Amino acid sequence: MKVTFPHMGYMYVSLKGMLEYLDIEVVVPPPCSKRTLDLGMKHSPEFACLPLKLNIGNFIEARELGADTIMMAGGCGPCRFGYYAYVENEILKDLNIHYNLVVLEPPEKHIGELLGRIRKITGNRPWIKVIKALRFGYLKARAVDEVEQMSFQIRPRELVRGATDRALQEAVDEIERAKKPEEIPFALNRAREIMEAVPADMSRPVLKVALVGEIYTLLEPFSNVNIERHLGYLGVEVERSMMLSQWINDHLFMGLVKNVPSSERFKKVASPYLCHFVGGHGEETVGAAVWYARQGFDGAIQVLPFTCMPEIVAQSILPKVSGDTGLPVMTLIMDEHSGEAGMITRLEAFIDLLHKRKEQKEVLASW
Amino acid sequence: MPVRVGIPRALLYYYYFPLWKEFLERLGAEVVVSDRTTKGILTRGVQHCVDEACLPVKLAFGHVQNLVDKGVDFIFLPRMVSVAHREYICPKFLGFPDMVKQNITGLPTVLDTAINQRKKQRDIHQFTRQVGAALGKGPIQSWLAFQRAWETHQKYMGLLEQGLLPEEAMSVLAGKEPKQTADNTDLTVAVIGHPYNIYDPFISMNLINRLRKSGARVLTADNLTEQMVNQGVKRLPKKLFWTLSRRMTGGAFNYHDQGKVDGIIHVAAFACGPDSMTGELIERFIRREGKVPFMNINLDEHTGEAGIVTRLEAFLDMVRWRRTAV
Repeated sequence: MKVTFPHMGYMYVSLKGMLEYLDIEVVVPPPCSKRTLDLGMKHSPEFACLPLKLNIGNFIEARELGADTIMMAGGCGPCRFGYYAYVENEILKDLNIHYNLVVLEPPEKHIGELLGRIRKITGNRPWIKVIKALRFGYLKARAVDEVEQMSFQIRPRELVRGATDRALQEAVDEIERAKKPEEIPFALNRAREIMEAVPADMSRPVLKVALVGEIYTLLEPFSNVNIERHLGYLGVEVERSMMLSQWINDHLFMGLVKNVPSSERFKKVASPYLCHFVGGHGEETVGAAVWYARQGFDGAIQVLPFTCMPEIVAQSILPKVSGDTGLPVMTLIMDEHSGEAGMITRLEAFIDLLHKRKEQKEVLASW
Repeated sequence: MPVRVGIPRALLYYYYFPLWKEFLERLGAEVVVSDRTTKGILTRGVQHCVDEACLPVKLAFGHVQNLVDKGVDFIFLPRMVSVAHREYICPKFLGFPDMVKQNITGLPTVLDTAINQRKKQRDIHQFTRQVGAALGKGPIQSWLAFQRAWETHQKYMGLLEQGLLPEEAMSVLAGKEPKQTADNTDLTVAVIGHPYNIYDPFISMNLINRLRKSGARVLTADNLTEQMVNQGVKRLPKKLFWTLSRRMTGGAFNYHDQGKVDGIIHVAAFACGPDSMTGELIERFIRREGKVPFMNINLDEHTGEAGIVTRLEAFLDMVRWRRTAV
């Protein structure tokens, strides 16, 4: 059995670590590329959201490397993601690509269904080992998140353009090489050292911008045309409302790990703008905009894939949030035609505006 | 003078209007419905709604504004979270009252009480109580009103299952004689789509009447009983969690499997999330067997009438030729 899974940013580090810890053979699909997207676009429904198209591309490319089993998450609505796996499987079937499909989702009747599905992958390995593997995957996600967050702070202050990106990749590779839970602290230390070694002027003043929106387009740099990197080059310190480890803790562990940031802090402040959950991360997006406004951020950017239902609800409410709180908000919609140059122009214009606002505020404050 | 409560002629109007009307009137309100869809209503909706929203939501925005113009005291926009166990309507329905409240100015009070029967059926009583309270009625009176309204709803659903379309069923409920449909049909075509797309003559470019005039008997998923629909969706690997899409998909599969129709037309709205998934599934399942001709029509605010007419004619010609050939 060769297991594969769709890409979502650095998620592969956790999943690969977890499966290899259980001695399961893993095929990591090639990183998302133009080819992935072209393959996906060609075979997916026109109005499906971008993540589905990239997933299809990932699976086709993973099959070329010999994968035969798909492991992915599911859900029970109302976001489309809950039905992704099945639609994707039907599309692949018509392409004569037959995968074993293992969807990890909340059970319909009782917990046994979920355990049974996990068994399909883990076979007869003892449960205690499976739990250890899950914990291992989570720790890796946390380690990767930490170096990613370091990169957000260093990138706008780096002295050599691109140095942070190279260091980040090295640091992530360092964490990926950890094969046992005991090795993670050492790997993380080395990763931190790599990041700290990037020459940077930490006293440089920067703007702070929050990235909010849909999880896939936030986490997968290919789908958001490297928005974090470009913001960094423009001298902006980014904060992402959604980190992988936070999502794992909120949704898979049901908040088991305490004292880490959780999306609860956003949900609490979403009302009165959006008083009900709308599936996906719509409520969190609205709440995050309010929350970051209160934290004194200079601006927020909402990122979503074209036709994303929950985020459209959020998008239509954000102008009101922006008006009430004074936080400039821009919405960027990602689809298969998103071009890097066009986005950079829009980012530059937005950041110019934020700079001007900040200057004005400082002048007024100095009177 | 009774309070005037406005109901937009959009979204779930085609399923629940008789229920809401009866319920609200028994609570002592006067029910006002927005005008029939026109170009003007749609344009106003498009102006006030985000570009990325789907056509039906944009249209609903226009109908809400039409109600604002009519000067109603309340606008009835229940937050339709779920009407069946472990199912949802769609994310945009969940957020619709908030979208309206944050984007339309000069709104009267919006009755946006949530209907959420995802966990259990009984949760509807919370809704009746809250709506009753908003209109100044006690819990028992509201409960009784809802019970009576529910009887009307059952009757309405029964009429739909007999093969009537929502507009016809509503006029029968209002005491009019059902119109005798001419029996010169030689074909049966199933039109599969969300009720607010296929039953709104403006949005659907009068699709159903055009088909009838061309000599086709039209069936929709609403002409099937819940049981038949569920029979149809059984072949899916996982239960669909959108109520409307489950009905559509089940309906399409049921008509397909029973061989009761000569062709199936799937009507999807631009940027509709569930349609992009279930439309794909329906198409793939039906094409794999190749038993019944299938056509997919996408609607948006720019759809040209002539284009639809041409496609319909071509489809019907093809269905007829095919039948003579087989």
